[in-house]
Amino acid sequence: MTFKKIFIAASLALSLAGAAFADEPAKAPAASPAAMSAPAAQGAAPAATQAAPAAEKSAVAAPAPAPAKKELKANRTITIGMFVLIIGITMGIVVWAAKKTKTASDFYAAGGGITGAQNGWAIAGDYMSAASFLGISGLISLYGYDGFMYSVGWLVAYITVLLIVAEPCRNAGKYTLGDILSFRTSPKPVRAIAAISTVSVATFYLTAQMVGAGKLMALLVGIPYKASIIGVGILMVGYVVFGGMVATTWVQIIKAGLLMAGAFLLSVLVMAKAGFNPIGFFSSIVSNPEIQDHVSKMVLKDGIILNGVDAGQRFLEPGLFLKNPLDQISLGMALVLGTAGMPHILMRFFTVPTAQAARKSVIIAMFLIGGFYILTTLLGFGAAISLSPQGIKSIDAGGNMATLMLAEKLGADIAPVIGDLFLAFLCAVAFATILAVVSGLVLAASAAIAHDIYVNVIKDGHADQNEQMFAARLTSVVVGTCGIIIGIMAENQNVAHLVALAFAVAASGNLPVVVLSLFWRKFNTGGVISGLVVGTVCSIVLVMVSPNMTYPKAVAAGAKKVITAMEKKQATLPAGATLDEKDLKALAKARKDYDTNKDGTSILGLDKPIFTLKNPGIVSIPLGFLAAIIGCLAFPSRRSEEMFDEVYVRQNTGIGMAKAIDH
Amino acid sequence: MAEKKYDWSAIARNPKFVELHHKKSAFLFGWWIFSCVYYFLLPLGAAYTPGIFKIKLIGPINFGYIFALSQFFVSWGIALYYSHVANKDFDRLTKELIDELHI
Repeated sequence: MTFKKIFIAASLALSLAGAAFADEPAKAPAASPAAMSAPAAQGAAPAATQAAPAAEKSAVAAPAPAPAKKELKANRTITIGMFVLIIGITMGIVVWAAKKTKTASDFYAAGGGITGAQNGWAIAGDYMSAASFLGISGLISLYGYDGFMYSVGWLVAYITVLLIVAEPCRNAGKYTLGDILSFRTSPKPVRAIAAISTVSVATFYLTAQMVGAGKLMALLVGIPYKASIIGVGILMVGYVVFGGMVATTWVQIIKAGLLMAGAFLLSVLVMAKAGFNPIGFFSSIVSNPEIQDHVSKMVLKDGIILNGVDAGQRFLEPGLFLKNPLDQISLGMALVLGTAGMPHILMRFFTVPTAQAARKSVIIAMFLIGGFYILTTLLGFGAAISLSPQGIKSIDAGGNMATLMLAEKLGADIAPVIGDLFLAFLCAVAFATILAVVSGLVLAASAAIAHDIYVNVIKDGHADQNEQMFAARLTSVVVGTCGIIIGIMAENQNVAHLVALAFAVAASGNLPVVVLSLFWRKFNTGGVISGLVVGTVCSIVLVMVSPNMTYPKAVAAGAKKVITAMEKKQATLPAGATLDEKDLKALAKARKDYDTNKDGTSILGLDKPIFTLKNPGIVSIPLGFLAAIIGCLAFPSRRSEEMFDEVYVRQNTGIGMAKAIDH
Repeated sequence: MAEKKYDWSAIARNPKFVELHHKKSAFLFGWWIFSCVYYFLLPLGAAYTPGIFKIKLIGPINFGYIFALSQFFVSWGIALYYSHVANKDFDRLTKELIDELHI
């Protein structure tokens, strides 16, 4: 117990130290908005992926000469005060939760003692990342309708969770994906593979979140990147190690509450400005001259001339951002099937006592998540009206700062100090969001390692409570530390594709085998292993050869175009005159880009992508299913077939489930 | 802890369980497929029939916006309907089955 208290005190002190670091002037490159844009949003928005290449290029060319750089800076005293408040409250929860966390069941599943309503809020808190919060409203503020359309899939995904996996998993599982899959198969190989798959999904997602967190904190409050990552990492490890699932759940519930409150308040302010008249609100989008100008310029790139009200109306029509329907459908498939295969989401269903509670929790989560995305539309369009897309772009090319800018503006319209307070509050919400999501991921990954690999594979299931708890805590520390190290190493990497990849792996690897295990009599060990391996490997390989990667030759070709254009411009100038400073800088940068990239290849040594879609789902999901079915038919198992009745009765009725709770 | 042994295949053949299984499968997969079809109409429609999406219905609000918004309400509707049917039928059948088996 004393050790626990010391650790808690130490983590609090260290995270404060992280904040104190902030007083050092923020590192210059870290503050470049261009470099920031993609990853921060990307936290979970594969959408931003599309915006990424542009941002990416400027990020690659290190000291980007950002012309007329504007910044959005939160009031540091108020913001850090709010951060400390959140840290204080969550630490209090950890101390309380630590007392309740005595067995492995408490640690992984909160002893099955979470109610349906609590779990609903926690699922919403676990699911909505900073990318949902900042990225989607940003997309709407810059691209209108397409941003809204993009958000739909994130809710529809929960229909699969509700109808197909939530209740069966509650009835048939215990702590992890491996528990469900190993029921009627050879437990050791299946658990080992399931754990590897869980850890890889969690790592992809976690890396994207950590990098996003670091960049966001640097941008908002000027806490240096490394200090942010270490601070966030220590907090997440602290929550998980001492408070286990109980603390993680409550951190997620608090975060969901803060997020909904922030979005609701801001939406009320937006609608108040429009006199609470939705038609008037949309009319003011269409008639806004800055939005009209912004749209005119966007469609002009496609050779279309639109002006005035027509351009404004175009903002409410599809096609400004999402231009490849196949990519859209592929992403939709990954979301609709992947969410239900996400280990940290599946794990939440083991925390409730009954299938009814699991059902209720998904429905509550759906209302929260859906309501949040509808509010996000108001925030995105509101930001476009109040701040103009041009203004939003000048702060961050991907639009990720739109919501925060809007909060500051609408607050300041009431009184300047309210603007500061509101901005600080939303920064704190973003901070809580990051903590809640990463804690859930660390818990899911450490459950897979400690429960599946250590307890069930290495120790054959013979480990007493103390040993199980020790293994669980130790792996949480290890997983968290790895998360911190990867986060620091990935600072300048392109992590935009990692969230899409996590969903694709979950959809192509995990979901097919979960569904077939629960519903297909013949399914067996061979099917689980081949399905997981093929689904996971295919998704990863397809992403590695997709346009998500950086292809230096493409960068060089882009730079070449700039050079040609600038040289042409130079040639047309009267003799003796030179390009202005901005153009000269652009030319120098383009030359440098060209030189560094002209002979390069992507990580896999490619000149250009082999697979043209950013989202692999449309290919990898059918392959995952196919491999699972073929693998199963190739290695038939009578035992698996005979045990199907048991699995099927259990998953439908919950008979025999008590074992899973008070084991 | 002594674990109670169940005759799983006998339960699986129990008429109550068979009824539950049929009703549930039809409902779950039927509505799941409906929700998927309805959802994928959105990206497909936006890509291939943009003309329909542009039709203005209420002031500047067009069909595309209403359709995207309807996705949320359709999802919620399915969720609530499922909850209604599950609470009324599936849970009742499950309970009757368990009572019959004296578990």
